[in-house]
Amino acid sequence: MKNSVLPDPFASAREKRGLGEMVDQNDPVTMVLRHKDVRKCAHQYKTFSSEDIPGRIVVPSEVNIRETRQLPFELDPPRHGTYRQLLEAWFKRPLQADYQSILRKQIEELIGQALLQSQVEVVSELALPIQSHALTLLLNTSHEEAQKWISWGTHVFRSEGEALDGDKAMVLYDYIDEQIERAVLHPGQDLYSVLLASEIDGRKMTKEEVKGVLVLTFAGGRDTVINAVTNAIAYLADHPGALERFRQEPEIIGRAVEEMIRYFSPLTHMGRVVKEDTQVCEHAIKADSRISLCWASANRDPAVFENPDEIVLDRKINPHVGFGFSHHNCLGATHARQIMKILLSTLAEKVSTIQILKCKENIEMLSDFQRKVGYDTIQVKFNAIK
Amino acid sequence: MAQITFVTSDNDSITLEGTSGSVMSLAVGHGVKGIDGDCGGVCSCATCHVFVAPGDLEKTGPASEIETDMLELDDNANEFSRLCCQIEISDAIDGIVLTVAK
Ligand code: HEM
Ligand code: FES
Repeated sequence: MKNSVLPDPFASAREKRGLGEMVDQNDPVTMVLRHKDVRKCAHQYKTFSSEDIPGRIVVPSEVNIRETRQLPFELDPPRHGTYRQLLEAWFKRPLQADYQSILRKQIEELIGQALLQSQVEVVSELALPIQSHALTLLLNTSHEEAQKWISWGTHVFRSEGEALDGDKAMVLYDYIDEQIERAVLHPGQDLYSVLLASEIDGRKMTKEEVKGVLVLTFAGGRDTVINAVTNAIAYLADHPGALERFRQEPEIIGRAVEEMIRYFSPLTHMGRVVKEDTQVCEHAIKADSRISLCWASANRDPAVFENPDEIVLDRKINPHVGFGFSHHNCLGATHARQIMKILLSTLAEKVSTIQILKCKENIEMLSDFQRKVGYDTIQVKFNAIK
Repeated sequence: MAQITFVTSDNDSITLEGTSGSVMSLAVGHGVKGIDGDCGGVCSCATCHVFVAPGDLEKTGPASEIETDMLELDDNANEFSRLCCQIEISDAIDGIVLTVAK
């Protein structure tokens, strides 16, 4: 089997029952596995709510390690919409030409450096730096901050054992508190300052609310982007024809990005709290239990996707849910898509082949299922176009 | 060649001409407000939702199953809804009027 393959561990459960079960800190989760059900449940926020104790909709649950409500993520409509609307325009900035040209420079420089090395550990030496540098653009903060975020390493919330680690998360929370205080004293053009100056329901946004947005921006956009970048490079190493194809047909890069997001599904699933006794897929689900919307399984559903286990670079119809679906669909998707498009086009421009020297897979343990989401480490050699 | 009119949420009316490609690409290329085309037209984002003028439905044809499955879960959608990345530009749709959903 090729290194870059991400197997689909849900196939049999999705077909037979449509559901899976996961144990998590005495608060079990019923995983919804079929594309149609995932979209339906994502839409029905009154029954499947995002608004509960902060941290409960995340799997593994974060109720024991944080109190800050992540915004707009942990609210239901209509309150969700109030916050979301306030953020939309800011998170669409990646569509602007000058944003894209700075992002391109960042990525070109990092790939240029990688080409000079005899080998590169992609997760820590390329994906994390790309993600961190790009985030300075999204937040419109000083470019120097990237070095600090890179120094935190890949695991800001988990220690080596993968368990949730409250102390590690504190580093991030303390950092965000500090930045908010700085923005109060010296307002600038960054996201902290813009949010502090903005109004919700006719009053200023509170520091706690600003923190809720920023924590989510750091947390939601980190591992996801790192996994997307790393998996893309592993795929291109195994399929050298793909880079040649991007050189010949650059117009397919947009579709290739969507297809990679579908196939990689960097965020496996996200939970909801059930507000009333109900049914999913003809199984009874109890009030106050949890379900999860399994994007990764929905994205391999053969009822929707032909050859679901293959990357078809120019897949024309691709209703994937890799960025979620309905009210809470990914606010960072515009940014993430630009990173991926620029990454693929820069690699096509500069790189002929990539060799994987050594890798260690990152496997998520989900009780019934084990899912490869990417790599803990992957050493590669980039070969330049002569 | 087809002329296509977009009516945006602030009641601006913009008429554009196109010969090929999708209606979404034409709109995005000219910055029509409310049509973002985030997914580039692969039918995964619904940021290209429009309402076809009742008299023009014959020209555009009905939404495909992929579209209706998606629009069914959009509280804003009705029988005139289309995802305009799935409408190909051709002479056949000349003169249509589309109201942008967002
Ligand atoms: C390839 C990268 C990414 C993937 C696959 C991804 C995936 C997702 C998914 C599946 C959701 C839906 C969660 C739900 O329904 O509960 C989501 C929501 C969200 N994502 Fe992303 N994400 C990515 C990158 C980012 C980035 C870069 C940011 C920001 C820096 C970000 C910020 C958010 C936010 C704020 C939400 C919540 C939106 C809301 O509740 O309205 N994401 N993401
Ligand atoms: S552009 Fe994404 S669905 Fe039409």
